[in-house]
Amino acid sequence: MMQATQNEVTIDAAGLSFRELNLKLREEVACGAKKILLLNVCGQRYIGTDLDEDLSINIVGTPGNNLGSFMDGPHISVFGNAQDGSGNTMNEGKIVVHGHAGDITGLAARGGKIFVRDDVGYRAGIHMKEYEQKRPALVIGGTAQDFLAEYMAGGVLILLGLNLKEGEYHRASYIGTGMHGGVIYIRGAVDEWQLGKEVGVAELTDDDYQLLGQYVSEYAAYFDCDVSEIMSGHFIKLYPRYLRPYGRLYAY
Amino acid sequence: MKTYLPSRFIIERDSDRCIKCEVCVNQCSFDAQYYDEQDDIVRAREENCIGCHRCVSFCPTGAINIRQNPLEYKSNYNWTAEAIESITKQAETGGVLLTGMGNDKGYRIYWDHLVLNASQVTNPSIDPLREPMELATYLGRKTNKVEVNDDGTMKTKSAPQVRIELPVMFSAMSYGAVSLNVHKSLARAASQMGTMWNTGEGGLHPSLYQYADNTIVQTASGRFGVHAGYLNAGRIVEIKIGQGAKPGIGGHLPGEKVSAEVSMTRMIPEGTDALSPAPHHDIYSIEDLAQLVFALKEATNYTKPISVKIAAVHNSAAIASGMVRAGADIIVLDGLRGSTGAAPKVIRDNVGIPIELALAAVDTRLRQEGIRNQTSIVIAGGIRNSGDVAKAVALGADAVYIGTAALIALGCHVCQQCHTGKCAWGICTTDLALTKRINPDIGARRLANMLRGWSIELKDILGAMGVNALESLRGNRLHLRGVGLTDSELEILGVRMAGS
Repeated sequence: MMQATQNEVTIDAAGLSFRELNLKLREEVACGAKKILLLNVCGQRYIGTDLDEDLSINIVGTPGNNLGSFMDGPHISVFGNAQDGSGNTMNEGKIVVHGHAGDITGLAARGGKIFVRDDVGYRAGIHMKEYEQKRPALVIGGTAQDFLAEYMAGGVLILLGLNLKEGEYHRASYIGTGMHGGVIYIRGAVDEWQLGKEVGVAELTDDDYQLLGQYVSEYAAYFDCDVSEIMSGHFIKLYPRYLRPYGRLYAY
Repeated sequence: MKTYLPSRFIIERDSDRCIKCEVCVNQCSFDAQYYDEQDDIVRAREENCIGCHRCVSFCPTGAINIRQNPLEYKSNYNWTAEAIESITKQAETGGVLLTGMGNDKGYRIYWDHLVLNASQVTNPSIDPLREPMELATYLGRKTNKVEVNDDGTMKTKSAPQVRIELPVMFSAMSYGAVSLNVHKSLARAASQMGTMWNTGEGGLHPSLYQYADNTIVQTASGRFGVHAGYLNAGRIVEIKIGQGAKPGIGGHLPGEKVSAEVSMTRMIPEGTDALSPAPHHDIYSIEDLAQLVFALKEATNYTKPISVKIAAVHNSAAIASGMVRAGADIIVLDGLRGSTGAAPKVIRDNVGIPIELALAAVDTRLRQEGIRNQTSIVIAGGIRNSGDVAKAVALGADAVYIGTAALIALGCHVCQQCHTGKCAWGICTTDLALTKRINPDIGARRLANMLRGWSIELKDILGAMGVNALESLRGNRLHLRGVGLTDSELEILGVRMAGS
C-alpha cells in the first residue's frame, strides 16, 4: 500500500478517512518524506494542513474541502478538481489545481500562491491580506462567481477568462465589494454593474504588466499554454478607491 | 453645522486649589481642558468632556470635579435626553451611532435577583482559612466514561484539557481595539494567576508568544493574524462567531486605531478600517462549523481544545447543541451586556438576550440531550464580581470571561468612548502617546490583585455553603433561589423561589 523510495512516498487514499489520511501524511513527513503522491483521493478534507514544510504533494483524484487550509509551506498539485475552501487562510506554499476549484478558494490567504486552471466558485479570494513581502496570489484561468475578492485587503488576484467565448462576459458580480487593499487584474469582459462600488478601474501600467507577466508565466508553465497569447488579451486593473471604504458610515 | 448638542458634563475647578500645573490639560486626550495664557488660568471646553475622570484622578490638589450636566429637558417618559440627543447627533452627521462598552440599558440583571445558599446548623460551613478549597477547573471535552487499567493508569484517552486555577478568564479583546500594553498586562496577570487571556481577533504580537501557555488564540471572520505558528502557540483555539455587544454583525476596527504595528499583525494597510465580515464566509451552517472546527483540530494535530463563541440569542440552546455536535470542546456564550470596543448603538442596546437566561437554557438543553459532558460552558457579558461568578457556576457555567471588569482594574472608568481611539486611560487606543499610560508591570499587578480578591471571596462563598470544591457547586441550582422573579423566569432559570 505504501512504497518509499528515499524521500518519495506513494499513499493509496482509497477508503481512508480524512483523519487516517492526514495522520499518515504527518507520519511520512516526520520520517523525512519530501515528495508524496496521493492516489485515489476522494473527498478527504484538510490535506496539507499542519505539515508546515517545504515538500510537494501530488494528488490524483478529488481532494475534499479545505485543501491546504492554514497551510504553511507545502506545494500541492491536484490532478482533478478541488472542492471548497482550498487555501483557506493559507500562510505559505502553493496549490495548483488542474481543473476547477469550488467556493471560497483562497479565503483570507496571507501568503503563498494558488493557481486554478479553470473556474472557481463563489466568494473566491475574500479578505486576502498582505504585509511587506508576504503577498498572496490567486490566479484563475477561467471565470468566477459572485463576491470575488470581497473585502480584499491585500495580495494579487488574477482572473484570466481563458474559457470565455467570444463576446461572453465573466459571471461574477459584486467583484471587489469593500476592497481596501491589493490589486485585481481581469482579462475578458466585465460590465460596470458587476463591480463593487468600492473599486476603481484603470489601465495597466508597465509595473502592472511586469507583475502580471510573472504570474501568467507561472500559470502557463503549469498548464502548458502560451504566455504571449494570454498577455495579448485586454486586461483591466481594479484597485481600491478608498483606504476606508466604510469610514463614512458612522457618527462619532 | 452648528451642533445643537449640549455639553454632557460640567467641569468644576476650585480656583483656590488649582495650582495651574496643567496636569489636567496634558492628561485630557479629548481636549476638554486648556491653559489660557492671557488670563493665566486653566479653563474647560465642557462640550468635549466625556466624563472619563482622568483629570480628576491626576489633579495633584484635588481641584477638579466632573458632574453630569443637569440640563433638564421638559419631562417626558418617552423622549428622554438620550433619545433626543441621539436623533440630534444623527441629524448632524447622517451616520450610524457608534458606541463602546456594553449595553447600559435597564434590562433586568438576573444576578441581582438570585441569592446563594449557606450552611446553618444541619451541616457545618467550612472555614477556608484552615481547610483547602478547590477552585481549579478543567476546560475541554470530557469522556462519557472513564476506564482504568489494572496498574492504575488511565485506559480512557482524554481529549485535551486545560486547567485553570480559578474559573475566571480574560475575555477576547483584540490588539488594535486595546493597546499592546493592555495585552501585556492581561498576559502577565493570566500567567501569574494560572488562568487564560484571549487574544481576540487581531493576532498575537511577537513579544507575547512567551505567554503562550496562558493564551487563548482567536480566529474570527476577518482571520486577522491567523497562521500556523499562532494557532500552535495558543493553549485553546477559539472560533468567534458572535459577540454579545453586536450579535450578527461584523466588526469595523476604526482606521484611527490601525497603526503601523496593528497593520503588521493584521496584515492590512495602515489607517484602513479593519473589516471583519458579519459571517465567516466558510461557515453558513452547523456542518460548516464542524468543518472549521476540524480544520483547526487538524492544523493543531488534536492537541488543543477548540472553543466556539456565540452571542446569546433566542435560539442559543438549539445552536449550542449543534455546536457540541460540531466538535466544539468549549462553548462560549456572550450575553446582552457583553462589551465591545466599537458597535452600532442600536445593535448593542437592542439585540441579544440576558446571559443568565441563555446559560440556564443551554445548560438545561445539553443535559437533556445527554451531551453536557462533551463541552465546557464559558459565559461572558457583564460579570462584575465574585458573587456573579459563583451564581454563574451554580447555573451551570464551567468558567466566566471578564472583559470590562478587567479593564476597570486597569483604570477604565466606563466612559464608553472606546470607538474613538482616544482613551485617556491608555487602554482602548493605539496612540503611542496614550498607550504608555498603561505600565504592564503595574497593570498586571492590578489585574492579579483583583483575581486574588475574587478567588478568596469564591472560597468564602463555597465554605459558607459547606462545600470545598467548585465542582460541587457547578450546575447545582439548588444552591440558588430567586427573588422578585416571575414563574416563567424561575422556570427558565431552573431555580426555586426564595422561601420555597
